[in-house]
Amino acid sequence: MGKTLFDKIWDAHVVHTLEGGTDVLYIDKHFIHEVTSPQAFDGLRKRQIQVFRPNQTVATADHNVPTINQHLPINDPLSRHQVETLTSNCEAFGVPLYGLGHPYQGIVHVIGPELGITKPGMTIVCGDSHTSTHGAFGAIAFGIGTSQVEQVLSSQCVLQAKPMKMRISVEGQIKEGVLSKDIILYIISKLTASGGTGYFVEYAGSAIRSLSMEARMTICNMSIEMGARGGMIAPDETTFAYVKGREFAPQGPAYEEALAYWQTLYTDEDAHFDAEYVFDAADIEPMITYGTNPGMGIGITGHIPGMDEVENKVNYEKSLHYMGLDPGQELLGKRIEHVFIGSCTNSRIEDLRLVAEFLQGKTKSDHVQAMIIPGSKQVELQARREGLDKIFEAAGFFLREPGCSACLGMNEDKIPAGEYCVSTSNRNFEGRQGPGARTMLASPLTAAACAIAGKIVDVREYLN
Amino acid sequence: MLQSTAVPIPIEDIDTDQIIPARFLKATSREGFGENLFRDWRYSKGDVPNPDFILNNPTYQGQILVAGKNFGCGSSREHAAWSIYDAGFKVVVSSFFADIFKGNALNNGLLPVTVSPAFLDGMFKSIEQNPNATFTVSLEDQTIRNDSTGATFSFDINAYKKMCLLNGYDDIDFLLSLKDKIAAFEKQQVIY
Repeated sequence: MGKTLFDKIWDAHVVHTLEGGTDVLYIDKHFIHEVTSPQAFDGLRKRQIQVFRPNQTVATADHNVPTINQHLPINDPLSRHQVETLTSNCEAFGVPLYGLGHPYQGIVHVIGPELGITKPGMTIVCGDSHTSTHGAFGAIAFGIGTSQVEQVLSSQCVLQAKPMKMRISVEGQIKEGVLSKDIILYIISKLTASGGTGYFVEYAGSAIRSLSMEARMTICNMSIEMGARGGMIAPDETTFAYVKGREFAPQGPAYEEALAYWQTLYTDEDAHFDAEYVFDAADIEPMITYGTNPGMGIGITGHIPGMDEVENKVNYEKSLHYMGLDPGQELLGKRIEHVFIGSCTNSRIEDLRLVAEFLQGKTKSDHVQAMIIPGSKQVELQARREGLDKIFEAAGFFLREPGCSACLGMNEDKIPAGEYCVSTSNRNFEGRQGPGARTMLASPLTAAACAIAGKIVDVREYLN
Repeated sequence: MLQSTAVPIPIEDIDTDQIIPARFLKATSREGFGENLFRDWRYSKGDVPNPDFILNNPTYQGQILVAGKNFGCGSSREHAAWSIYDAGFKVVVSSFFADIFKGNALNNGLLPVTVSPAFLDGMFKSIEQNPNATFTVSLEDQTIRNDSTGATFSFDINAYKKMCLLNGYDDIDFLLSLKDKIAAFEKQQVIY
């Protein structure tokens, strides 16, 4: 029987297999950041050991950094201490760091791909669940806890049982006004927030193939929101063209050699999946979430499910109560107070270009606060080079500096209690964007349109 | 073997942002996260304890936390497992755990026990009828017993992790013992 893309890469990285099925999996590239790494470095110190392969780990500061005045010392003493601890750990253990002020600094899942560190066929881990993003390149990439960060630092391996395999195909033509964010929100709404647990997903089908690399990253990024440890897309010409020429991509004959290997990375026709789903792109309209997990999403013109349509009524009531919404209600016309464009899901240059193009000649509603957080210093610079910052400014949006920002509300960028935020991020959990904040996940285009209108609108009515 | 009363939270899809909100992840050590466990459910605005939340109700005590399905979904923050353990729990029971949380728990001596929806329901009912209802968990036998009803459930656990928990073995020590094998693997491996 043939092998899946996942099997090919996984099997090529197994150093040792334990009784009962746990594998010692070799990790090609390890990303770390300030929040989930300090305790792992402490562990190395306690054992009096060094980082085994320091050049296979890359560090950046993103989760807990301010998004204005990054050249000044960080105000919050705890945040400052955490970022300084990352710097001193990287110095002490010889790990390369793209910290604040470095031209490569940014959200870890944005900088890996843009620097060409992320490549097909790799195994990649990071102490962050959205590491699944890197799977867009045909890599096995997944989030790990701090104990596993310590495993990688000390041995360049993780102990991991092989997950089951799922394929999700999206076929056909993607409709106008629908972005890859809508596709993944649609898939999660169908599979629920736990439908992918225990699986690694491969996304396939003509609609997925038609997407740019950045759009593919948005899809893979949210795999974890249905519980899947990771998601991946077989590399193709789009992938190879994206990687070629980037800072850490192989050059010259090395590139040709790599390319020959990358071209073998696809699922064989007779390979087996433990679960399989097929969706029609024509069924997907711009999406928005109404509840407190990413599976609670509807098409923008739809209604929130009625009480009789849901299984767990206690959970559902709690969720809608938090959101200040009623069962059966429609969302179009609902007043909003905030728009957040950013996060490892949607903060890349293509996202910013799309938003700028849409905003040209428009201004945001007076009662809306609109933040745009570029995914990296390079994205920010590129946006300024292209004059996108001027368009944002004219529209009343504020382009800030890179970081995770209000996606997780660790720094000072928070949404006030009770207020609604249309957000291009990945999680609408209670309190995610600040205590009491009400998050509605959507695409960058939908978010921009809602900012203009000051309420939930169907972006398709604004196109052409 | 552990016999204990349990604290029930019969809510599904409890994510790690509820278990420990991101703003409490600024510490650089592993200790002290217990006081912020379920912070935004435990305290209302102005840090006033919310009397309706179960962890503020002295009637419910114990070393076993019982929760609805898909417990621990969301972020990979190991702080979630640390905070539950730090608050005095040794076992978490649910009908379904998110992958990363389950691994993090096992790596920190917190035993995640996956039971059937019916058994979970039985646990919630027993606690509802008698907050002092006890449950007996045996890692060795891989069983959990509802002492009120006598019902027993045999749970699965990764054989390697079971051995580690029972013998106090350490993943890192094990990986360090494989260093030569890892180095040999690297010699035949090409990373582009």
